[in-house]
Amino acid sequence: MTAATDKEAPKLPETDFTETPWLDPQAAPFIQIKSLSKEFDDFTAVDSISLDIYQGELFTILGGSGCGKSTLLRMLAGFENPSAGQIIIDGVDISDLPAYDRPVNMMFQSYAVFPHMTVAQNIAYGLKKDRLPNAEINSRVQEMLELVQLQDLAARKPKQLSGGQCQRVALARALIKRPKVLLLDEPLAALDKKLREQTQFELINLQHKLGTTFIVVTHDQEEAMTLSSRVAVMDAGRFVQIGTPLEVYEFPLNRFVADFFGTINLFDATVTSSVQVDSCTHTIEAALDKTGTLVKADCSHQLNQGDIISIGVRPEKLSISQKKPRGKNLTITNGIVEDLAYYGNRSIYRVRSHSGRMIQVSAQNFQRTKELVLEWDDQVYLSWDSSCSVVLPE
Amino acid sequence: MSSHRGPSTFILSVLCFGFAFLYVPILVMMAYSFNDSALATVWGGFSTRWYSALLNNEQIINAALLSLKIAAVSATFATILGTLAGLALTRMRRFRGRFLFTGLIAAPLVMPEVITGLSLLLLFVSLQQLIGWPVSRGATTITIAHITFAMAYIAVIVQARLASMDESLEEAAMDLGGRPMQVTFDITLPLIAPSMISGWLLAFTLSLDDLVIASFTSGAGASTLPMVIFSKIKLGVTPDINALATIIIGTLSLGILIASWIILRSQRKTSAQRQSG
Repeated sequence: MTAATDKEAPKLPETDFTETPWLDPQAAPFIQIKSLSKEFDDFTAVDSISLDIYQGELFTILGGSGCGKSTLLRMLAGFENPSAGQIIIDGVDISDLPAYDRPVNMMFQSYAVFPHMTVAQNIAYGLKKDRLPNAEINSRVQEMLELVQLQDLAARKPKQLSGGQCQRVALARALIKRPKVLLLDEPLAALDKKLREQTQFELINLQHKLGTTFIVVTHDQEEAMTLSSRVAVMDAGRFVQIGTPLEVYEFPLNRFVADFFGTINLFDATVTSSVQVDSCTHTIEAALDKTGTLVKADCSHQLNQGDIISIGVRPEKLSISQKKPRGKNLTITNGIVEDLAYYGNRSIYRVRSHSGRMIQVSAQNFQRTKELVLEWDDQVYLSWDSSCSVVLPE
Repeated sequence: MSSHRGPSTFILSVLCFGFAFLYVPILVMMAYSFNDSALATVWGGFSTRWYSALLNNEQIINAALLSLKIAAVSATFATILGTLAGLALTRMRRFRGRFLFTGLIAAPLVMPEVITGLSLLLLFVSLQQLIGWPVSRGATTITIAHITFAMAYIAVIVQARLASMDESLEEAAMDLGGRPMQVTFDITLPLIAPSMISGWLLAFTLSLDDLVIASFTSGAGASTLPMVIFSKIKLGVTPDINALATIIIGTLSLGILIASWIILRSQRKTSAQRQSG
């Protein structure tokens, strides 16, 4: 390789980091959260969190109620004072700035549209407080109204708007000051399902168009999955895992993440053998507790015989069939269909394996049939490829 | 079951009886205000002479004017102070003794008026001895007394409104660059204005209506309307009191009618706009 080219130095392929700035070692983070904590009287809501967010990201913080995600967002907005730690945005430490001086705006879960002002007055409020000349305020309000397609409703009062329209007023109002960061607290929770899907894409398009950094807080893993460039899964005031939705879904770090982010079948198992395949892959074999069924799995690190682990398999990665499947790297088990839900495009089966535990399977309905292919109480085989097993620490 | 047959006779008679119970006494009194006879219980033909007699009765006119003045001033001050108290109790999240203060602000509501009156009288007397103010009891002391007890009502009304208000409205305003003072004037006050207005009206009515506290805290020369009417009744009811009561009821009814008309009109306007959109 080196001998072949004397004149031209071998060029490393230049990696494009524009979509994935967190992988670029040279990139400077836009928002830096440094060991931020918030303690209330008797409990710690946010426990020494550190996080870098890059410009133009749509970053989602996902967690159940009471995990501290809202407190974290409120500290970013300036409604809660941190007990310890720093928040730096674009090189400026804003930890001690009051909410009205921060280059950050927020869209509230309740939308908090001012009921006594018209749509246009609501949107103009932020600029009015900045004492901008009226002509500029008017033109920017017009611009925002067009962006969120509310031109015809500018003179309406919030009472006369639908939920989706209120959401867009709140969005326009928060964006008009051109904040460095837009915080969104459960932006879609108050909308019905159809509207939520549509709004989701609108939000992503808007974010791409404006390039503003968005931080979204949500408890809805589907929302987190479709919206974000990266997700942080939060539990008990700490981040459990940070990564792209794909990384978090396919390579969860522990049982909590695996279970919280999507559905997973978890089995307790004991390692029986571990063989190194290449520098970063080990093929392990483990015996499931109770039944002793042998499971093959790929793992990124060395495990020792006798280690107790959890093996996880996502429902859509399982195959269900009445014939016993054959294959090299397959793990096979059998059971009885106890529950089934037909969704049209797919079906969800709950299979009771012979060890007595429930395994959930999600299968695409490839064929057009007059009757269900599998029925309640059918004897079935479940199988999955070793590459689909997720190895999790106990 | 009987919805398509219209209300039953039983329901109708109960309704009539109920309304009669409420309004017959007032109607009788209004009718007697046009009685020509000087005796309150004997009908002597139609006349408006008690109305002209009333207009010439300087004592009553002065008392009415004084009552209105005290009511307006005390209602205004009580609204300001009560609103501040309500704001402090709902918006300052944690401070020592918040629970105690919430209880204290509501206590005057259940305090017997006689006790409120007596304690205020004692306060004014001892203040006079200590610092020489108030020099004498009169309109000022009545006003102060009325502010004291009306303020509690307004604080409770404003507090209820604030508690039901979405706190993120204020946070949103602050997030958009509003300083705390601006947020109060831009968002909080406009939103609690209806409850402040109803609080003011309640304070005004309570002040106009009050006899007990005013009697305790008044001095020579300052008699409110209820005090004058009450002292007149002790000497026997004269028909000019009926005339006065009729005027008061007439004014009140007119006020209520105008208010309902305004509310109805704004509701129609909103629903019409909603339908057009």
